[in-house]
Amino acid sequence: MAIKRPSGRGFDEARKMDAKVGIIPNADGSAMFSFGDTIAIAAVYGPRQLHPQHMQNPQTGILRVNYDLLSFSVADRKKPGPSRRSQEISKVTEWALLPVLNLEGFPNTVVDVQIYILQADAGTRTAGINAASMALAHAGIPMKNLVCSVAVGKLDTEVAVDPDNAEEHFEGGEGHTDMPIAKIGNTDEFTLLQLDGKIPPEKFTDALNMGNKVCSEIYEIQKNALKKFTEVEA
Amino acid sequence: MKNEINESSEELREEISESEGNKRWIVVPGETIVTGEDFLPGEGARREGEAVIADRFGLAEVAGRMIKVIPLSGAYIPRRGNVILGRVVDVLYNGWLVDIDSASSAFVLIDESPRFINRNEMDQFMAIGDMVAAKIWSIKGRGIDLTLKGRGLGKLEEGFVFRINPSRVPRVIGREGSMITLIKEKTGCNITVGQNGWIWIKGQDIESEIKARKAVEFVADKVHVDGLTEKMEAWFQEN
Repeated sequence: MAIKRPSGRGFDEARKMDAKVGIIPNADGSAMFSFGDTIAIAAVYGPRQLHPQHMQNPQTGILRVNYDLLSFSVADRKKPGPSRRSQEISKVTEWALLPVLNLEGFPNTVVDVQIYILQADAGTRTAGINAASMALAHAGIPMKNLVCSVAVGKLDTEVAVDPDNAEEHFEGGEGHTDMPIAKIGNTDEFTLLQLDGKIPPEKFTDALNMGNKVCSEIYEIQKNALKKFTEVEA
Repeated sequence: MKNEINESSEELREEISESEGNKRWIVVPGETIVTGEDFLPGEGARREGEAVIADRFGLAEVAGRMIKVIPLSGAYIPRRGNVILGRVVDVLYNGWLVDIDSASSAFVLIDESPRFINRNEMDQFMAIGDMVAAKIWSIKGRGIDLTLKGRGLGKLEEGFVFRINPSRVPRVIGREGSMITLIKEKTGCNITVGQNGWIWIKGQDIESEIKARKAVEFVADKVHVDGLTEKMEAWFQEN
């Protein structure tokens, strides 16, 4: 187990995280969240009238998430516009956020969430979920709790939390592994669990515990960012 | 690091409750506001076992047994009795459809106009694109009904309309209208502030109108400062 993380961090140590609320004046709610060099911004619009009309639900409002990488966020220019990957992540983010929202008070409406990645260094979907959850709170949407999200990776046989791009593509030993998770605030309920690669069953609990630990740190950062916003703004 | 965060939020909580006089502090969704069977969860709060928990981001207020969360940001949520500004988007056979910058559209019934209007000549009273000041008369499951009967309500002629964040509206109006009265007096303009954040200004000349707009935006930006009315008076001295 002499293996070391290329970034020099401990295996249960996340990158430096930062969060800010109220960054987009035209949006009803907005937030930024970063893991090291990964920066995500999220803007929330609505609840507002939903078009096309056939998507309207008279029982509840709906959530519509759009995730995308900005063309300059990666080393090779990313062609702008929806792709297979961004559509999948949009949907997965939507499912990760929906369990905490209560949109029943806004029938026939939509809450639009736009997530853009300013800089990508792995863990973009998790940074996006963190930003979106703060932005939704900032927009005053009724919600049960905040959503915290982090990825757990694996370097050969060692699980490591919040991998950066170099670590995510660690090809030695068992090859590259990435497991993004999202959970509801300070509870034990999970809203997202994906796994790309392999994690043996006996390591799985370790991986979840690592994720849990970082999620509780994220929860504090999110809470603090929201409270700080009101200190300056309102 | 965690301790630091907790400490600073504790301090913040005390500062705010002190400056407001009554008990108010910032809460995030899912945060426990108070614990105990004695409290009743009001707007923006819910009960979970022993605890009363915030349902949204805002200022928690404890008023006797009642716990509520006052919104600090976000889109406008219509309430009955609110005076709002809107734009006519369609003229239908028995009324006008009005965009009031909220999730559901609003409707002015022809009978809710201040005088009798012939159905064939509806667009002579209000046509598509006209701005209107109206009061929310009822909110039903499917849409909002407005009325134009009341002082200061009706079609807005001349002047201009701009928008501020709806959560800043109470501050622009001030305690019992003190702030808006001051701006009106100092600039000599006619101002209508809609609860949805739309503001209409009409004055003698464009200069005073612009000055009034700047004053309103000054108040909307300067947030949570004590003695804002005095600051406003000082601002008028300078400008």
